[in-house]
Amino acid sequence: MQIFTCPFCGPRDETEFHFAAEAGKKRPIPAETVTDDEWAEYLYMNSASRGKAQEVWLHVTCGEFFLMTRDTVTRDVTAVTSLPGRNA
Amino acid sequence: MSGWRHSSIGSQIDRNTPLPFTFDGRPGSGFAGDTPASALLASGIRVLGRSFKYHRPRGLWGMGNEEPNAIFDVTEDGRTTPNVRSTTVMLRRNMALRSVNTAPDAARDRTGMLDLFNRFLPGGFYYKTFMAFGWMRWEPMIRRMAGLGRLDPGHCPPADIPQLNARCDLLVIGAGPAGLAAARAAARNGREVWLVDDAPEPGGSLRWRGGAIDGGDWREFTRDAIGAIIAAGGRILTGTTIWGAFDHGLFAAWERRDGSPDRLWRIRAAETVLATGAIERPLWFANNDLPGILSAEAALHYLSLYGAVAGRRILLATGNDASYPVAAALAQAGCDVTLADARADAPAAPDGVKHLGAARLTQAHGRNSVAGAVVDGRVIETDAILVSGGYTPSVHLHCQAGGKLDWDTGSDSLIPRPGSSALWVAGAVNGSFGLARALAEGHAAGGGTGPAPRAAAGDWQFFPMRPDPDLRGRQWIDPQNDVTLKDVKLAAQEGYRSVEHLKRYTTLGMATDQGRSANFAGLATMAALTGRTIPETGTTTYRPPFSPVPLGVIGGLRRGDLFNAPKRLPLEIAHKARGAMFREYGGWLRPSVYGTDDEAVLAQQEALAARKSVGLYDASPLGKIEVIGPGAAELLDYCGYLRLSTLKPGRARYGFVLGETGIVHDDGVVFRLAENRFVVSASSSHAATVRMILEEARQDVFDPTKSFIHDVTAGFATLTVTGPKSRDLLIAANLPEALYDDANLPHMSVTETFWNGHSLRVARVSFTGDRSYEVTVPARHAPALYSALETARQEVSGRWIGMEAVMILRAEKGFILVGKDTDGLTMPHDLGWEAPREKRKDEYLGRRSLFTAEARRADRRQLVGLEIDGDAPLPTGAHLVPLEGQRRSLGFVTSSYFSPILGRPIALALVEGGRNRIGTELGVFHLGKIGRVRICDSCAFDPTWERLHA
Repeated sequence: MQIFTCPFCGPRDETEFHFAAEAGKKRPIPAETVTDDEWAEYLYMNSASRGKAQEVWLHVTCGEFFLMTRDTVTRDVTAVTSLPGRNA
Repeated sequence: MSGWRHSSIGSQIDRNTPLPFTFDGRPGSGFAGDTPASALLASGIRVLGRSFKYHRPRGLWGMGNEEPNAIFDVTEDGRTTPNVRSTTVMLRRNMALRSVNTAPDAARDRTGMLDLFNRFLPGGFYYKTFMAFGWMRWEPMIRRMAGLGRLDPGHCPPADIPQLNARCDLLVIGAGPAGLAAARAAARNGREVWLVDDAPEPGGSLRWRGGAIDGGDWREFTRDAIGAIIAAGGRILTGTTIWGAFDHGLFAAWERRDGSPDRLWRIRAAETVLATGAIERPLWFANNDLPGILSAEAALHYLSLYGAVAGRRILLATGNDASYPVAAALAQAGCDVTLADARADAPAAPDGVKHLGAARLTQAHGRNSVAGAVVDGRVIETDAILVSGGYTPSVHLHCQAGGKLDWDTGSDSLIPRPGSSALWVAGAVNGSFGLARALAEGHAAGGGTGPAPRAAAGDWQFFPMRPDPDLRGRQWIDPQNDVTLKDVKLAAQEGYRSVEHLKRYTTLGMATDQGRSANFAGLATMAALTGRTIPETGTTTYRPPFSPVPLGVIGGLRRGDLFNAPKRLPLEIAHKARGAMFREYGGWLRPSVYGTDDEAVLAQQEALAARKSVGLYDASPLGKIEVIGPGAAELLDYCGYLRLSTLKPGRARYGFVLGETGIVHDDGVVFRLAENRFVVSASSSHAATVRMILEEARQDVFDPTKSFIHDVTAGFATLTVTGPKSRDLLIAANLPEALYDDANLPHMSVTETFWNGHSLRVARVSFTGDRSYEVTVPARHAPALYSALETARQEVSGRWIGMEAVMILRAEKGFILVGKDTDGLTMPHDLGWEAPREKRKDEYLGRRSLFTAEARRADRRQLVGLEIDGDAPLPTGAHLVPLEGQRRSLGFVTSSYFSPILGRPIALALVEGGRNRIGTELGVFHLGKIGRVRICDSCAFDPTWERLHA
C-alpha cells in the first residue's frame, strides 16, 4: 500500500486516490480542426512508461487533482504539485 | 506406532494438565502446551492423513507452516474449521481432529488402491485424460476424491476481527537469535522496535537448540532484549505471522489470540529487519514420504519443547553439521541413533551415536510406517528416519518487497541479494548459520553500537544434497500435492522447463504449504535435467500471503451490513414508521413501496394514486452540487452538453454530462439560483463522479480561483410532491403563498424562501410528467417538513409512493435512467437530443467524439418505446430481432413495466436506427420464443405534456 502526498491534505493512503490521466497531454481544440486520429490519440494512447512517470492523480476525499512525479518500478514518489489550471 | 514421550524433557508442556482430544474419533491425550502435532507424535500415531492424489499414508514431517501432511479439520464447540495445520495451533481440551482426504479415516482409507494405478496418473494427467466427453463430466467425481478438508456450512465465523494500523521505527520479523540481537541493538539506541514472531514465544531456534549468549543462558539474553524493547516504547507480538510485504514499507500481520478474536495489523515501518530463519529440506530416496520420516530439525524441536520423540531406533541421514546436535540430543534422550552423513570428511560423531561416513540413503521400507532403510545397499532396521537436505532461507518477504536472490555456495542456498529490497537481512535467512554469526548480523542490522553479543563460534558446513534422477523407486518432491521426481522429469521432457511452467504443469509447490520443503528440490532437479545452474533456472514468484490467512482476518469487520454500507436517508425512521420496505438504489437505502403486501401490487397502486391525486416521495439522494463564483457559468458550459450560461436566474434546465468519449455519463437538472450560483442536481448514483468531472475541469481547464464546487447532497432533504393535486397539498401544508402561483413559479423554475425560520427551496421540475414540486430543506429540518406534508397529504387523500412506483411513472413518460436506459455506447443524440451537437460552436466535454464516423452512423441504437399486445410486460434485457431474414440483435429492452394508468404494458428500448422504425414491427426474442412488438415514441403517456401544468 503506497503513500501519496496530496498537496492540499498531506500524506495519505493510496486507497484515497484515483489515477486521472498522464500529465502533459494537451487537449486538441477546436473540435472542427481535430482529425479522428488526433482525437483517438488524445483519448486512448498512453506512454505507460516504465520508470519515471508524470501523472495527474485525484485525491478523492478532498477533490484535489494534482501532478505527481513517481517511478513506476521503485514506486518512489519524487514530487507532487497542484495543477496550474488556466494560469499555466 | 513408535513415537513416545520422554519422562522429563519438554520445556513447553505442563504435565500436570492433561488435555483429552480425539483423532479420527479415537481418544487421545496430550498436555497443556502441546500442539496437536506434538501430542500425536508422542502418542505414537503415525498415519495422520492421506495424500492428495494417490491416497498414500502420510505422517508428520515438520514443525511449522511448512508442514505438508498433518493437516486436520478441527471441531471445537460444534464448529469445524477445515485444513488447520496441526503444527501451528495449540492443543485445546476436547479438540476433535479429523484427518483430511480420507474415507473413513487415515488408518483405513478405502481409496488407497489409487496408488496402485500411479503409473497411469503422471503429471499433466488431468489435462491429457479428462478432456474426453468434456471436463465438466469428470470434475464432480474428481473433486469428491481429491482435495483436503470439508467445509462446515453451519460454521460462519463472526465478523469480529479488528484491523489496526501501527507505525514503528524498526520492524523486526522473526524473534530468533538474529532478530533478538537486532531488536535489542535498536531499542538500546532509543528506537521504537516492533518484534514479531509466529511462534507463541520469542527465541526462535534457541527454544529447541538452546545456547549460551554472552556467557549466560539464552533466556537471559531474550529477557534483556525484551526489556530493552519495552523500555524504548516498542512492542512484542508473538503468535503473529507477517504474511505480506507491500509498497512503501507496509507489512500485514495476523495476530492469533487465545480467547479473543484474532487481529490484523497494518504495520508501517521506517526500517525493517528480516530475520525469518530457514526451513529444513528433506532428502530424496525411494518411498521418502512414508510416515515416520521427519525433518531432523523438527525432531529436535519436538524433543526439546514437548518431550515427544519420533522413534526409538533412529536413522539420521544428513550432509551438514546442523544435524549433529540433533543426533546428540536424541542419543542422550535414550534413543539408538545412527548418523549417516553423506560427506566423506564428516566431523566426529557425538557420544553414543553410531556413525556412517560417505553414506547414502536410497530407500525406506515399510507399509504404513517406516520399518527399515537401505544405506549404501545395506538394510538398517529402524523405526524413524530423520533427514536433513540442508536449509532453504525464508526469503519470501524480501522477494515480495521486490528483492532479488543470489546463489550462495557456502550455505548451498539462494539468499537475498544485498540492497535489492529495502529490508535488512540477518541470520539464517541470509545463509548465515550458527549462533555467533546470527547474533553478529542481527546486531549490525539493528544498528548496534559496541560489540555484538557473543556465542561459541561454529559455522555449519553444508554438503549439497540433490535428488538423483537415476535412482530407482518413487521419490517424492512435493508430498502435499503428490508430485514425484518422475513428474518433474516428465515436465522437462515435454518442454515445461521454466519453473513457472513446471509449477503449473505438475502443481509442484501449489498446495497450502506453498512448497516450503518442496520447491528447492523441484527447481534443482529441473536445473540438473536441463543443464542449467540453479540461479539460471530461477524461482517462482513470491506473492502474499506467506502462509494461509483466514479470509475473516483479511475481511475484518467488513461483512454483511458493513460490507458496502449504503447511504441512509435523514427520514429513514419516519418512512419505516409508515411501513416502508427498503431497498438499495444507487448506493442509497430508499423505500421501494409502503406496506406489507406484494411489492409489485403495491407499486401499481402507488403509481395509480400518484396519477389520480398526489404522490409524495423522498428524493433526498438527488445530487446537490453547488457551483459558485464568477467562473461558474463558464465551467458548467464546458462540462455540460447544454449551455447553462444562457439560463436565467430562478430557472432550471435539463441536460447531460458527457465523458470525453461523448458517452452520456449522467443526466439531471441544473438550477440557477443567482447569477453566480448554480445547483447541479445530478442523479443520485452519479453525484460523486459528476462532482469530480466538474472539479477536474475547474482545476485543469479554468482559473480555479473563479469558481468553487461544493457537494451538499447529504446536508439537505428533498421531498417531492407529484400529481394533479400537488398544488393543493402545498396549500394544505401552509407552505409560503408565493409557491402556489404558476406565474411566479412556472414549470422548470426554482425559488428560495423562508419557512418556519429556515430556508426552503422549491423547484418545479418533474420526473413523472405530472405537475411536481421538489421541496428541499436543510437535513435537520426534514422531520418538520415531513410532518407538515404528511398532515396535508391526509387532507387531500394523497399517498406515499416508493421508488418502484416512481420507476413506473418515469417510464410512462419515457424519462431515462442513465445506465439502465443507456449503455456504454449511448450518445445524447441517440436519446433524441440533437440540438446542442448541431448548434453549439464552443468547446465542451466530449464534443469532438460526437462527430466521429461512429457517432454519425445512421444505424446507431436509439431510444424508442415499445407497444405490446396483451397484458404481460416484456422481459427487460430481451433482444429485438428482425421478423424476417437472418436473426441478429437490433437492440434490447431497457425498461419494462405494466402501466396502471394506461392499463397496458409499456417498455423502453435501444434499437438500431430506432426512430426511423417508429410504426413498424419487430420481433422480441426471449427464451427461444419470438414475440411481436411495435416501435413507438418513448413517451407513452400524456404525449402533449398537458399534465405538467394541470
